[in-house]
Amino acid sequence: MVKVVIFAGLFILYSLYSILIYTKGTENAVALSVPEQSKISKGKELFQKNNCIACHQLYGLGGYLGPELTTVYSDKNRGELYMKAFLKAGGQRMPNFHFKDDEVDAIISYLKYVDATAVTYKNPE
Amino acid sequence: MITQAGLQNHTATDKAARSFLILAMSYLLFGLLLGVISGFQYLLPPFLKDQLSFQQTRPLHVYLVITWIFTAAQAGIYYYLPRISNRPLYWPAGAWLHFIMQLGVSVFIITCFFLGYFGGREYLEFPPLLGVFILLSWLPFVINFFFTLKSNYKTAPLYIWMWSTGILFFYITVAESYLWLFEHFRENIVRDITVQWKALGSMVGSWNMLVYGTGMYVMEKTSGDDKTARSPLAFFFYFLGLTNLMFNWGHHTYIVPAAPWVKTVAYVISMTELLILAHLIIQWKKTMQGAKKNYHLISYRLLSYADIWIILNLTLAIAISVPAWNYYTHGTHITVAHAMGATIGINTWLLMASVFYICKNEKAGLLEKRKPLIGKGIIITNISLLIFWIALLGMGLVKISSKLNNEVFALMMQKSKPWFQAFTYSGAVVLIGLFMLVYAAVKILSGSKTGDADKNQPGF
Ligand code: HEC
Ligand code: HEM
Repeated sequence: MVKVVIFAGLFILYSLYSILIYTKGTENAVALSVPEQSKISKGKELFQKNNCIACHQLYGLGGYLGPELTTVYSDKNRGELYMKAFLKAGGQRMPNFHFKDDEVDAIISYLKYVDATAVTYKNPE
Repeated sequence: MITQAGLQNHTATDKAARSFLILAMSYLLFGLLLGVISGFQYLLPPFLKDQLSFQQTRPLHVYLVITWIFTAAQAGIYYYLPRISNRPLYWPAGAWLHFIMQLGVSVFIITCFFLGYFGGREYLEFPPLLGVFILLSWLPFVINFFFTLKSNYKTAPLYIWMWSTGILFFYITVAESYLWLFEHFRENIVRDITVQWKALGSMVGSWNMLVYGTGMYVMEKTSGDDKTARSPLAFFFYFLGLTNLMFNWGHHTYIVPAAPWVKTVAYVISMTELLILAHLIIQWKKTMQGAKKNYHLISYRLLSYADIWIILNLTLAIAISVPAWNYYTHGTHITVAHAMGATIGINTWLLMASVFYICKNEKAGLLEKRKPLIGKGIIITNISLLIFWIALLGMGLVKISSKLNNEVFALMMQKSKPWFQAFTYSGAVVLIGLFMLVYAAVKILSGSKTGDADKNQPGF
């Protein structure tokens, strides 16, 4: 009986904690206008449809063959033009996806948004 | 005591269990092959870049090897259910329905990957609708599990608790990993990533419950000790493990800008794993004595090797859960060392112990004949896996040093080359070692009748 009670107790805690995580502590820190949001959503969709995550990581999620992209936008050595070059032509390992200009823009605005949220990433302390 | 009627009932489901095992091992071999191909893509950038790029090989590899883990665990459970409950499987046709759905869904997913249709979410990289089919394909298994056992959880042994927990959390976490389909999650990257890490972290916990439960059952049967699975100490560690399954996932998100308490909860809970580690180390001498005594039993040997890998990987896991260290190790191959070290060294060994336990029950004579090959396969896999694991740690350390020196990606990749070589070549040997085991198991399971007589001995 004790075992069943312990299990039930833990399960209730787990459910409450899940609801907490879904609503608090993860609020949007970056305010966006409607057109910005729709462009970012399109970029995110392209990011997923083309499975960029197989080679790149965002916040640690993803494969490791390519560089991590969380802060690529604000990185002094990389930045927007550098990103554009790879998105347009691919690289030694990265495939060429033959994106149109508006698609490249959408992906870049998505990565720009990710970068803007990455405060802890840039200064861990 | 097993009755004659009971035995007949086993025979009906054993066939389904054997088919599941062979399906599971096909996933393993196919998955390993794709792992080795993706390893070569690290070494030789143009290798299959246009035909089958890393964008496809990685998800194929990860999907197939994880499906090996789930399917092999399910195969074992189908085999064990009638024996534990001493009644026939509740719905034998359901087992075959499950088999057909499982095969169908996996063929569909593999085809999507080959054709380039992605959902683009880490680990669940297939189009999202297929997630629903995975959950549906599990339904006959769930029905069979609960209705065959009709367990009284007050007295049930720990492995039944673990299997039940694994099934429950598989459903919860797969559903949770699709919350991104709702705008509330999708349009907020911090929430999206946090919830995805939460779901995936606990999903790994769910398959560990299925696999560790299987290991515990096989241990009980090979060692003849039926007290451990009912002891308060074992239940204490189960609840500690369950707490970790529920709350420790936040150690993946130290770098995500969620509220600090998410990290604190994860850190505190993760460190309770030190208790598990200490317990294993204290038990070490006993484990080794048992291993020496029972070395001739293939399953026992595999369970003992899994113990060594548990200690290595748990030590690594605890180390990278310390935030100050995680800051450097996250996003490097040290995480991959942790992931593959655990899924091969621990999960695959425990499941192989279950495979060979079933081989022994089914055809002890044939198992005896294949023992030298199996023994060699185990040694080859262990040695190459150790090199593989160290190579991944090496790749991680090179990346950390590059990060500290602000080096560009291309230079880091160049410096990692010797480690890539060690990784890919040792990975190819892991494939050879595991192939030897699969070959032996398939030969035994599909072999002629030798050894069948053993099955009729009660209490095998
Ligand atoms: C097959 C693996 C692979 C896939 C898939 C892939 N990339 Fe890449 N990507 C790379 C590699 C590797 C580099 C580094 C340059 C090189 O060696 O080609 C790179 C470089 C980049 C860069 C330049 C930043 C830098 O630090 O070098 C950006 C931006 C980028 N990728 C975005 C994307 C996006 C967006 C997608 C999805 C549409 C994507 N990549 C898909 C492998 C990949
Ligand atoms: C039973 C055997 C194996 C299992 C269970 C397994 C499991 C996994 C898992 C879970 C991952 C995801 C890791 C992560 O994201 O952190 C992975 C990635 C990978 N595995 Fe394996 N693996 C196995 C064997 C192999 C072998 C033999 C190779 C050969 C070289 C290999 C090559 C790879 C590669 C290249 C990746 C991608 C790493 C990256 O993103 O850069 N695997 N594997």
